[in-house]
Order: sequence, then structure tokens, then C-alpha cells
Amino acid sequence: MPRLALVVFLLVLLWPGFRLTEFDPAVLFEAHSRETMGKFVSTFFPLETSAEFLRLVARSTLETLAIATAGTALALLLAAPFALMITRTLSISRIGPGPGYVLGRALRLPVRFALMFLRSIPEIVWALLFVRAVGLGPAAGVLAIGITYGGMLGKVYSEILESNDTRPAAALLETGSGRMAAFFYGMWPVALPELVSYTVYRWECAVRASVIMGFVGAGGLGQQMELSLRMLSGGEVSTILLVFLLLVVLADAVSAFLRKVTA
Amino acid sequence: MSIMLERVSLEYPNGFRAIREVSCGIGRGERVAIIGPSGAGKTTLLRLLATALRPTTGSLNLLGADPWRLDRAGLRRLRSCIGMVHQVPPIPPRQRVVTAVLAGRLGQWPVWKSLASLIYPADIRGAGQMLARMEIADKLFERCDRLSGGQLQRVGVARVLYQQPDLILTDEPVSAVDPALSDRIIGELNREAVARGVMLVASLHAVDLALHWFPRIIGVRGGEIVFDLPPVRISDAMLRELYASESAQVPTQDNRPLETVPPGVRRRPMYS
Ligand SMILES: Nc1ncnc2c1ncn2[C@@H]1O[C@H](COP(=O)(O)OP(=O)(O)OP(=O)(O)O)[C@@H](O)[C@H]1O
Ligand SMILES: [Mg+2]
Repeated sequence: MPRLALVVFLLVLLWPGFRLTEFDPAVLFEAHSRETMGKFVSTFFPLETSAEFLRLVARSTLETLAIATAGTALALLLAAPFALMITRTLSISRIGPGPGYVLGRALRLPVRFALMFLRSIPEIVWALLFVRAVGLGPAAGVLAIGITYGGMLGKVYSEILESNDTRPAAALLETGSGRMAAFFYGMWPVALPELVSYTVYRWECAVRASVIMGFVGAGGLGQQMELSLRMLSGGEVSTILLVFLLLVVLADAVSAFLRKVTA
Repeated sequence: MSIMLERVSLEYPNGFRAIREVSCGIGRGERVAIIGPSGAGKTTLLRLLATALRPTTGSLNLLGADPWRLDRAGLRRLRSCIGMVHQVPPIPPRQRVVTAVLAGRLGQWPVWKSLASLIYPADIRGAGQMLARMEIADKLFERCDRLSGGQLQRVGVARVLYQQPDLILTDEPVSAVDPALSDRIIGELNREAVARGVMLVASLHAVDLALHWFPRIIGVRGGEIVFDLPPVRISDAMLRELYASESAQVPTQDNRPLETVPPGVRRRPMYS
């Protein structure tokens, strides 16, 4: 019964969502929109392949990869300790109140809120902020990704840890093991593939995010894309889009490879 | 007394009362088997003794302390003296056997040693010895998901042997192992308990194993202790009554009938 109620509730929630966003597929097929879109898309071909431009794109691609990788690494460093702190199954205080247990419980709430705060502000806002603080360039992108994604990774890591089999870690805690040891002996081997594949997925998102942040001056392919769009040179845009596609394919391959290694 | 339960009850979060006002004491070096039909509360009782569950009412004293009045460090110290073999071994599938066994000492090792042992096993010899006692020494470096159910169960026993706890709790430790081997493993656990003078509390599905190896048998049904006697004083009628709700027969290994056993021979526990 509660399940049925939940489904009805979700449907009721979904309907206003479509109304509110003025979602109407018919608009896409109206003659006017068709024409504007068609005109822009037709300038996409042929691709821009001049050596000079390709060199520029290659440089920007490397920069984008560097931003995404450094940003994700920063996020990882931020997220790991937070995730361990808020994972309830690793908590000794969960099973018994007594002297010394209140602190652990009191600490978890502010950490949860900190993570929520970090990810509630979109990376683009952080990027604008950091562009002012550290100036135009990739450093702002790295910081923005590190902070937003740190919040996301922290939350999702702890959810992954809790949704996997938690009995091994619980059994270790029950024989007096500490939290760190319980994590590395009981949870790490269970959750590793999922953690890795989520992190790689986030890295892929970071590539995309760094592109968007490029529009506000945080370096990389995005900055290049912004220039090309502003000059309305469709050929350049489509070359850059092709590079995006390749990057996503690359991310997929890396993810598949890491999954195989950690399985 | 090293374990003392006084009118202990346990109510699960869904409101089900799995243990009802149980009182009993277990002294130093005693070996006790817990038997009873499925759902009787054997696992719940053992989990109470393992400090994995907190009694809803009543008081519990383990190895001279009330675990639920201890501080964090005290509880950890107490827990490192308690070893539990779980009904389903809680071992990550990808973990290597040697790591799974060495994990028994995590409560005693400092953090740096535990973490270093993940990179290079700290005590390969020690782990190997315990596995040899469980007759799976050749699986030392195998991954746990490449073991059979019975082999994995024995890794769980080896881990607790390696832990060297003052209180050994085992929850149906041989449910996935064939009868002859079951006998040897329960024997090994008893030898360990006798050699180190520590307590052994084992829930067992096969009544003949319990009667053969343990000097004290606690029969549990519906969350209550039905009898608490040495095996010689347990009659077939009492056993039939204990299992009446489950089946017409008292469960034994391979369903060998208990009656064919000459009384006084199989029921005399060793090492008592
Ligand atoms: N987490 C839980 N929440 C609610 N009820 C539970 C929970 N775990 C066990 N129970 C109930 O408590 C009773 C005792 O369970 P327990 O696992 O202790 O039985 P058992 O004697 O170990 O049985 P078996 O021989 O099948 O392992 C059962 O009726 C079971 O349904
Ligand atoms: Mg059970």
C-alpha cells in the first residue's frame, strides 16, 4: 500500500513539473524554430581542420583534461574523509549511547550540512567567484570543480558504502576493530568497483563542467568554444563537439578498464 | 561467572520480541551448545553476547563488565576479546583468504599495522596455521569468492581462532559442511577452548553434534530457555518436545536417528 501511494505521489509531482517548464514538444517542430535551427546547424559542416586551429584545440583539450583531472582529484581528497565521517554503518556511536558517544553523533550533522552547502552552489557560480579571486585561467576551474564535486562525491560515496553489503564492516567493528580498519577490511573490497566507476563518471562530468566554466573564463575547451560561437563559425564548433564526443568515449573506455581491473 | 544474563529481553525494531526474560550464567572455561528449532532466537542470543545487539530490558555482564556502560575505548577492548563465527560468513567476496583470517586481530593491532598488512600480510604463517587446522591450508592466497560455502565457513572459524578471544561464539559454524568434517571442526573449536581455558558458546543445528561435544546444552524455543542441562540428563522426549513445532524428527547430521546410538556412549561429552 505505501508503495502504491508513493507511485501516485511521484506522478502527481511530475505533472506540474512538465507544466511549469512549459515543456511542449510541438514547439520544436514549428516552421520558425525549424528554420533557425536548420540554418545554424548547416554552418557546422565542413569541420574546421586547419593546422593552426587543430593545434589550438589540442592545447585546450589538454587543458580541459587537466582541469577535470586535477579538479576531481581535489574533490576526492575533500570527499573521502567526509564520506567516512558520515557513513552511519561505520559509526560505533550508532549502537550505544554512553560516555564519549554523543560527540560522534553531534559531529555528523554539521558535516552533512557542509557537504550539502558545497554541492548546492553550482560549479559555475564557484567558477565566477574564483575567477575573481585567482584570476582568469584553469586554476579557477580546478577549484570550482574540486569544491562542488567534493560535496557530491562525499555524499554519494557514503551512500554507496551504505547500500553495499555492510555486514563485513559491522562484523569487524563487533570484534573491536577501529573505524579505519573496518573500512579498509570490510567495505573497501566490497564497494571498490562502484566507487571507482562513480568517480570516473564524475570525472566525465567534470570534463563537461570545465567546458561550461570555460565560458566564464576558466580556461580549456570551453573558452575556445565560446570564441568560436561568438564568431558564429559552425565548423569550429563542430570540430570541438567532435572532440567532446571523443572525450566521452575515452572516459567510457577508462571506466570499463578500471572496472575490469578492480572486479 | 564470566557471562551473566539477568532477565534479558530483546525486541527488534519491528516490535518482535525475539528473546524473553532470559536469565543464565556461564562460567570461565565452560563450553555450551545452544539448540532449538529455526527462529527460536539462537542467533539473536549470540548477537546479544557479541555486543552486536543491545538488550531492550534486563542486564548483561560480559567478562566482568556491562558492555553498554563502557566508554568507547572500553567497549572496543571488550569486543576485541569476543570472537564470533557468523551463520553466513561476513567476508567481502574479493578479499583474499589470508587477509580475511588476519582481520581477526584488527581489534588488537594498531591502525598502521592493520593498513600495512593490506599491502603485505603481516602474519602469513599464523594465518596458514589456523587454515591448516580447518584443513584448507592450500587456500591461503585464494580469493574468498572462489571458495565453496563450506570452505568459506571454515575461513570464518579460522579468523576467530586467529583472534584468540576469551569468549568464542559460533552461530551454526558447520551448517554448510559435511558430517565427518563438521565433527572435526567442532572438535577443533572445543580443543581450542579447552587448551586456552576460554568460553565456547555454539549454536548448532545438528543435535547429535551438540550432545557429543558439549558438557552443557541449552535448549531454546520461542525466545525462552526450555532446558539447561548436561547431555546425559536430556531425554529423547525433551528433544522431541523442543523440536515439536518444526518436524516429527529431531534434526541430526544426515538425519541419522538419535535412537540407534547406544546411550551413554555418544552422549558422554569429551573433555568434560
Ligand atoms: N532483524 C530482525 N527484525 C525482526 N525480527 C527478527 C530479526 N531477526 C530475527 N528476527 C526474528 O527473531 C526470531 C529469532 O530469530 P533468530 O535469527 O535468532 O533465530 P535462530 O534461532 O537463529 O533461527 P535459525 O536456526 O533459522 O538460524 C525469528 O522469529 C525471526 O523472525
Ligand atoms: Mg540463526
